[in-house]
Amino acid sequence: MKAIFAKGLLNAAISILGASLIIFVISRLSGDPVSLMLPMEAPQSAIDALKQELGLDRPLWEQYFIFLWKALQGDFGQSYRWQMPALALVFERLPATIYLATAAFAFSLVLAIPLGVLSAVYRGSWIDQIGRIIAMLGQAVPSFWVGLILILVFAVGLQWLPAFGADGVQHVILPAIALGWYPVAAQTRIIRSGMLEVLDSDYIRMGRSVGTPERLLVWKYAFRNALLPLVTIMGVYFASMLSGAFVVETVFAWPGLGRTVVEAVFSRDYPVVQAGVLVTSILFVLSNFLVDLSYSIIDPRIRL
Amino acid sequence: MSATPLLQVENLQTHLHLRRGVVKAVDGISFEVNEGETLGIVGESGSGKTMTCLSILQLLPIHGGGKIAGSVRLDGEELLQLGEEEMARRVRGPKVAMISQDPMTSLNPVFTVGDQVSRPFLYHKLVKTVRDAMVAAAAGLRRVRIPSPERRLKSYPHQFSGGMRQRVVTAMAIACSPRLLIADEPTTALDVTIQVQIMSLLRSIQNDSKVGIILITHDLSIVAGLCHRIAVMYAGRIIETGKVRDIYRNAQHPYTQALLDAIPHLGRKRRRLAAIPGQPPNLMDLPNGCRFAPRCPRRMAVCDEYPPATDVGGGHTVNCWLAAKQ
Amino acid sequence: MSVTSAPTPVTAADAPLPFFVRFRLKGAPWIPILILVLVLIAAVGGEGLTPHDPNGLNLGAAFKPPFWQAAGTYDYLLGTDNLGRDVLSRIIAGARVSAIVALYAIAFSGAIGTMLGIIAGYFGGIIDTTIIRIAEIKMAIPGLALALIFSATMDPGLSTVVIVIVLTYWTWYCRIIRSEVLSLRERDYVSFAKVAGCGSITIFFRHLLPNIFNTLLVLMTLQVGQVIIFEASLSFLGLGIQAPDTSWGLMLSDARQYITYAWWGITMPGIAIMLTCLSSNLVGDWLRDLLDPKRRQL
Repeated sequence: MKAIFAKGLLNAAISILGASLIIFVISRLSGDPVSLMLPMEAPQSAIDALKQELGLDRPLWEQYFIFLWKALQGDFGQSYRWQMPALALVFERLPATIYLATAAFAFSLVLAIPLGVLSAVYRGSWIDQIGRIIAMLGQAVPSFWVGLILILVFAVGLQWLPAFGADGVQHVILPAIALGWYPVAAQTRIIRSGMLEVLDSDYIRMGRSVGTPERLLVWKYAFRNALLPLVTIMGVYFASMLSGAFVVETVFAWPGLGRTVVEAVFSRDYPVVQAGVLVTSILFVLSNFLVDLSYSIIDPRIRL
Repeated sequence: MSATPLLQVENLQTHLHLRRGVVKAVDGISFEVNEGETLGIVGESGSGKTMTCLSILQLLPIHGGGKIAGSVRLDGEELLQLGEEEMARRVRGPKVAMISQDPMTSLNPVFTVGDQVSRPFLYHKLVKTVRDAMVAAAAGLRRVRIPSPERRLKSYPHQFSGGMRQRVVTAMAIACSPRLLIADEPTTALDVTIQVQIMSLLRSIQNDSKVGIILITHDLSIVAGLCHRIAVMYAGRIIETGKVRDIYRNAQHPYTQALLDAIPHLGRKRRRLAAIPGQPPNLMDLPNGCRFAPRCPRRMAVCDEYPPATDVGGGHTVNCWLAAKQ
Repeated sequence: MSVTSAPTPVTAADAPLPFFVRFRLKGAPWIPILILVLVLIAAVGGEGLTPHDPNGLNLGAAFKPPFWQAAGTYDYLLGTDNLGRDVLSRIIAGARVSAIVALYAIAFSGAIGTMLGIIAGYFGGIIDTTIIRIAEIKMAIPGLALALIFSATMDPGLSTVVIVIVLTYWTWYCRIIRSEVLSLRERDYVSFAKVAGCGSITIFFRHLLPNIFNTLLVLMTLQVGQVIIFEASLSFLGLGIQAPDTSWGLMLSDARQYITYAWWGITMPGIAIMLTCLSSNLVGDWLRDLLDPKRRQL
């Protein structure tokens, strides 16, 4: 257990370091990072100060360590648009994004779990067909379009739910559906195939042969086994929501990290972009790491 | 022997309707098992032994397209007319239970042994609370001679050895004191010394409870000690049946003789089952006549017609023209 | 396996047949294929096929609904946008961008990913570890985040979109092809080829590439839908295709401003995206089942 934990943590650290390197390299691709990091109208004195700070006269690898050293201290520079440290801005916006991603994740599981289980139990029935159609459609539409259609139907047309903002529970419903729509397909598929395999297993037959009620066989004994493959990729899906949040937050004007980074790209607020992307990557890596840990909790064979 | 047998199977047919055709896995077999008696069903893999047992419990693979016909009566009650819900509530567990082939895959890996062994007591309302069920489960584990059962209840299946797991499976199967126990090759996956232990465990369970046992195996050597009667299956049909002693001393069917020859004896070189040349017939496309005829060393012209059952004395019957001619 | 006789059967004996030999028309998803062909025709035909100039402003004809609504006309079958531009013409013009992006992105990410995957799988050892480690690090940055930081650095446009997609997707090919090669490497005919003294390059082109061709074909077909969605998302954010070029994502971005006035503005381009992606996914699934029934969970 300790070994798994240590290995996972080391891998996560390497991945995050690598991500910081990629972010640094991309920022130097344009040749003139100063113009990226300062607004157009910045005075010459500010340009010179920044050049000095970034150490642009030094070799590239040294510049990277300057970047990394500062990043480790939480210093990504100042956001020119918001007049505050970039990292502080990112942390201010992050909770809203995590709230949205969690709601979307919950939505996708609430839809995918019953759909996947029932599709397997009643293979070939109408519910299996519905699951198949949802899976096909889910992977064929961009989440921002799902968001637009939801706005069109439920906000503009029926006027049931608000289209923009984040004032209460009713505001999170549409963005959560839009963001949670995509993984439903894959999650349903994974649960379905997992259940199909488990339902034909010896131990389910053994359970049946001692008179276990069908409801318990499916939802207790088979389900926990079928959950294992889902858990392994849950991190990927939660992380994909952090990524999808960039678009969905823009559609719904959700005041989270995603929209902030997109706006920062437009206003050339480069420190915020750097900090936002790196923090997203760290969350991405950490959620995968946590999933690996939770896997060993669900599956007693891995527990040591 | 009592007047009505514990289990009476008549003309049981289990056909699997697949996309490529109909597999006649079990094709019209009849047999009986009495209280306290052990019937050994012997045959090669694919001869329909396992399908016979799964049909008695109505546990065919979910999407296998299986259809069961004929009659299966337990204590005089027709099981094939019961619905799935009634089978689960009244039959599986308290009346018929099964020990399946591979102890490695028969226990749910993500639940404790205690959970799995204790639940049958609750389903069949033998106890009221989970705590009582756990006490009963510990007693069950003790009955199959698992040391320090209270502690082992909290263990997961992967923490047990193969032989211990088969004991757990047995404890699960006999939890509700079934009238009939079906053991499907319970020792195939185990070491020889463990095989002996499991067999003697089954014998002692039978001595205690008068349970009827169907023991399925492909190995005639292990049935001798436990079984009272033997039925030999080939390609979905029973071709010879009788008391153990009669089958061993006076086997009539060339297939049974070949199986007996395959048993290793002291002072005799071991010959394997592979000594029978050829393959069992395709269950989708069976010959009209004797199903063993294509591989039979003593094949005759008349074998193109299916041989009738011939009684050679003392309940020993055989479906072979060699016996019918005598 | 003993190698006593001369290793003659070096020709890939159990190499699968090329797909067109085993092409079975029965059960082919005809409607999706037809849709993809239509998209391709639109992409190739471009301006020649559009009923109106996709960029032609006509403020007098702004917000015309599709033809089946009372206010609609047959002149503008799918209606017009806020500037009176014909939606159908813009969808046809957008198909061209989608096709070009998909073509380049798939070709480059497929080529780079496949090459690295073969190299990693074939040579193993430190080369394998390095490539896989780089792929893992890349995957630590979510796709769209990578696109954002890239767009913040480079000028947005078609080539930036292609580069971003290639950077995002090469790992996908790399990992799948690598595991394919790992299993192929152990097969007899590759061992025979090595025994027979074939050089790495020969083995590479004569034995490995033909064998992973099927997998590659399926991966590429399945990628079409993902590339189109990725491009649309970037363009929607304003970081992809820039006006005066048009793309489906850009149309949706424009139409979002007048969502309350004209439902068709966001519906029609979205349906175009959906039908194209759905079709390529269905064709990809069909190809996969056709070419390799054993491995359906690619």
